Amino acid sequence: MSKYKWLVPTLYIFFLMIPIYWLLNMSFKNTSEIINTFSIFPQNITFDNYIKIFTDSTWYMGYVNSITYVGINTVLCVVFALPAAYAFSRYRFLGDKHMFFWLLTNRMAPPAVFALPFFQLYSSFGLFDTHLAVALAHCLFNIPLAVWIMEGFISGVPKELDETAYVDGYSFPKFFFKIFIPNIKAGIGITAFFCFMFSWVELLLAKTLTAVIAKPIAATMTRTASTSGYELGLLAAAGVLTIIPGAIVIYFVRNYIAKGFSLGRV
Amino acid sequence: MNKKTLDNKAWLFVLPMFVLVAFNAVIPLMTVVNYSVQETFGNNLFFWQGVDWFEKVVNSERFYNALGRQFLYTGIILIIEIPLGIAIALTMPKKGIGVSFCLILMSIPLLIPWNVVGAMWNIFALPDIGLLGYAINNWLNIDYNFTQQPFSAWFTCILMDVWHWTSLVVLLCYAGLISIPDAYYQAANIDGAKPWSVFRFIQLPKMKKVLTIAILLRFMDSFMIYTEPFVLTGGGPGNSTTFLSIDLVKVALGEFDLGPAAAMSIIYFLIVLLVSWIFYNLMMRNEEN
Amino acid sequence: MARVKLDNLNHSYVSNPTSDDYVLKNINIEWNDGGAYALLGPSGCGKTTILNLISGLINPTSGSILFDGKDVTNLSPLERNIGQVFQFPVIYDTMTVYENLAFPLKNRGFETAYIDKKVKEIAEILELSPSLSNRASGLTADGKQKISLGRGLVRSDVNVLMFDEPLTVIDPLLKWQLRSKLKELHHEFKNTMIYVTHDQTEALTFADQVVVMYDGVIVQVGTPTELFETPKHTFVGHFIGSPGMNILPCDVNSQNVTCFNHPIKTSSDLKNIKSNSKLQIGVRPEFIKFSPSGLPVIVNNVSDIGRYKVVDCLIENQRIKVIVNEGDDIPSGKAYLEFNSNFTKIYEDSWMVS
Repeated sequence: MSKYKWLVPTLYIFFLMIPIYWLLNMSFKNTSEIINTFSIFPQNITFDNYIKIFTDSTWYMGYVNSITYVGINTVLCVVFALPAAYAFSRYRFLGDKHMFFWLLTNRMAPPAVFALPFFQLYSSFGLFDTHLAVALAHCLFNIPLAVWIMEGFISGVPKELDETAYVDGYSFPKFFFKIFIPNIKAGIGITAFFCFMFSWVELLLAKTLTAVIAKPIAATMTRTASTSGYELGLLAAAGVLTIIPGAIVIYFVRNYIAKGFSLGRV
Repeated sequence: MNKKTLDNKAWLFVLPMFVLVAFNAVIPLMTVVNYSVQETFGNNLFFWQGVDWFEKVVNSERFYNALGRQFLYTGIILIIEIPLGIAIALTMPKKGIGVSFCLILMSIPLLIPWNVVGAMWNIFALPDIGLLGYAINNWLNIDYNFTQQPFSAWFTCILMDVWHWTSLVVLLCYAGLISIPDAYYQAANIDGAKPWSVFRFIQLPKMKKVLTIAILLRFMDSFMIYTEPFVLTGGGPGNSTTFLSIDLVKVALGEFDLGPAAAMSIIYFLIVLLVSWIFYNLMMRNEEN
Repeated sequence: MARVKLDNLNHSYVSNPTSDDYVLKNINIEWNDGGAYALLGPSGCGKTTILNLISGLINPTSGSILFDGKDVTNLSPLERNIGQVFQFPVIYDTMTVYENLAFPLKNRGFETAYIDKKVKEIAEILELSPSLSNRASGLTADGKQKISLGRGLVRSDVNVLMFDEPLTVIDPLLKWQLRSKLKELHHEFKNTMIYVTHDQTEALTFADQVVVMYDGVIVQVGTPTELFETPKHTFVGHFIGSPGMNILPCDVNSQNVTCFNHPIKTSSDLKNIKSNSKLQIGVRPEFIKFSPSGLPVIVNNVSDIGRYKVVDCLIENQRIKVIVNEGDDIPSGKAYLEFNSNFTKIYEDSWMVS
């Protein structure tokens, strides 16, 4: 029985790859071929769909916009969460346990509940249709995640390290930047990865808060489906291109993914 | 574990983060609460409604239907994904190149933007154009059309979610499994334990922590699901796959019915909070042990 | 209980190994039924590998393992009927202490009445009776190790009981208690026990016979006294004893042994020494004393251990340690050492010349 154990993950991975393959398949066909014939391999391979995306600014700007706000969000989250995580890990203070739980509740907030309020809030600040708006909005659930993951990592660094640094005469900022941060490099990397991931995949808030200037690729894709009829090949190509950044990033943190999802508690 | 020192100056570290999150959390929530107890006819005129909106929502058939669909959906998801995730994690290689290979490929679905997931499955499941649709209709000779049949729509939504999120459960369980030292398996071998006993007395208990997190995350995320089913079915056919978030957005952004939308939001949030609070306590109790 | 024999055992963790890849080389040992044995050596010398080969958790690259003359090399741990206690407590967290102890018997299909009797018997001896209905996860580390031990003892037909550095996570006071308990158990049950450790105190107090290993080879087998008084390899001399044996370079011609140009009397036979081998003298600090004449040294440092003092002496950059009883005089500056010739041996290429 255990001889065939490898079959299970193999079949599962095969199952995971099929829809992706189908998307890839579609992306190399033109619309008429898609609608009229059913084929597992493209009969007339065409790169037209990809060419359109790389040359049409309404399309490639979508990617640029997405990467922009995701990048801003990741930086914001790491920068704001790191000191807070340090505080939660090293100190007890008034309301600390409640604050920690409150943070977690924000991760549990249904984005649908916030769609309209965010729309009104950010509009009233004149931030509608900006990258900053989406980046800030995603902080709602990404910062709690960042704090939780980093707190787990920081707790793994012995407090003696801090104490030794003080005895050696380091001022707090010097200690923090020169000694402490290099020690939790892995934790910061994983946190950044998860912030990237959850911001990259989230659509509802990103669409609600943008119109034209900061429109993410997701919005461009849905617009295509409704306005210019069913350009399935183009849609497929756009989809394939969104998978690539994710795949690359996973490769770099593959050993830490589970640790991050478990909020650093594994 | 480090001993923490009591120092309220630590608030200084926490303050910037708190402000940023509170900005996003408190102000909108206050808005929602505001709307839930008032009625507006435009022009910034508000009239106190008390708990009227809440009563309306709690008595509305539409809300109950959406809630019911949501619970059913989440229930089915959990029943499928948790055991499936455990089973796959149990069979994954523990050492060698196979490990990286598995981890990377299994994680890919988790990093695809959610609308692309919906669009991908839309293309995949179309009756005569998509591989799945074509296969079911022509190779299995079953009449399948998710745009017209509620059952097929549900089937496709669930299959899509299983495809999308089971890997999360797999990764978490796997992390729990590889942290079990070999000595436990060796001792079980010497004690003559059968594979089922090894699972029941060694593997499952040691996975308790990660399983709690997995169940919590899957409950939360499937209960709040919006994008993937919306892109796949638009909530249809009819409203057969209109889950709670989809319904809420329809009411809030589509019909601009602020009062009921706000009341619904609060009830929604409270349900998620309640269940999550229970899981959180379970998680914290496990950690103390 | 069984006699255990290891026959020409070689093991490598690498498939298609070269000679460098072997972690065990040419191991031949025979252990008698009912004896208490220790496998002693530094980390990485192969002792845990031997243990796992005996228990059947790994299969040897070449060679065989015999219990009472029967070849068990291809049998599983279950079939070999052994018990093993690991470095950290391995218990079934969700079961009670009683269920933990009963587990091996239940899996082998014994009757409930018999299981009950056996579990209570072993729990009594291990002083676990009061906690029988408690959850096993609530016990302290030494309690959990006792449970691990108990799961091995519960099976009356167990062939060998093996211990892989079992006291590693136990507090010092409880270490002593557990060690005594093991000795007691051995007296009572007369099991064949094999105890792996890198701690010489544990090995020397527990075992009737100690196997000292170094770098995958067995260096010496003997009683604690033999290891102390006649270490066959410089490693044994150096590893056992605190501080270990002094190893000094020497020259030998047909009649005399000289060390730093000073004549030394030894109890070794000088006849068979080859001319181009590395020659050393080994003598324990316990067997050196200060005297009016002898090897000239400079007294460098004195450490007071309590019951005795360790004096660090220096001759031409070579350190020699001497143990001096409490209350005895210690010269300062220049001094002379005399070696007890009965316990001064010559080592050729690290092996003792007989």
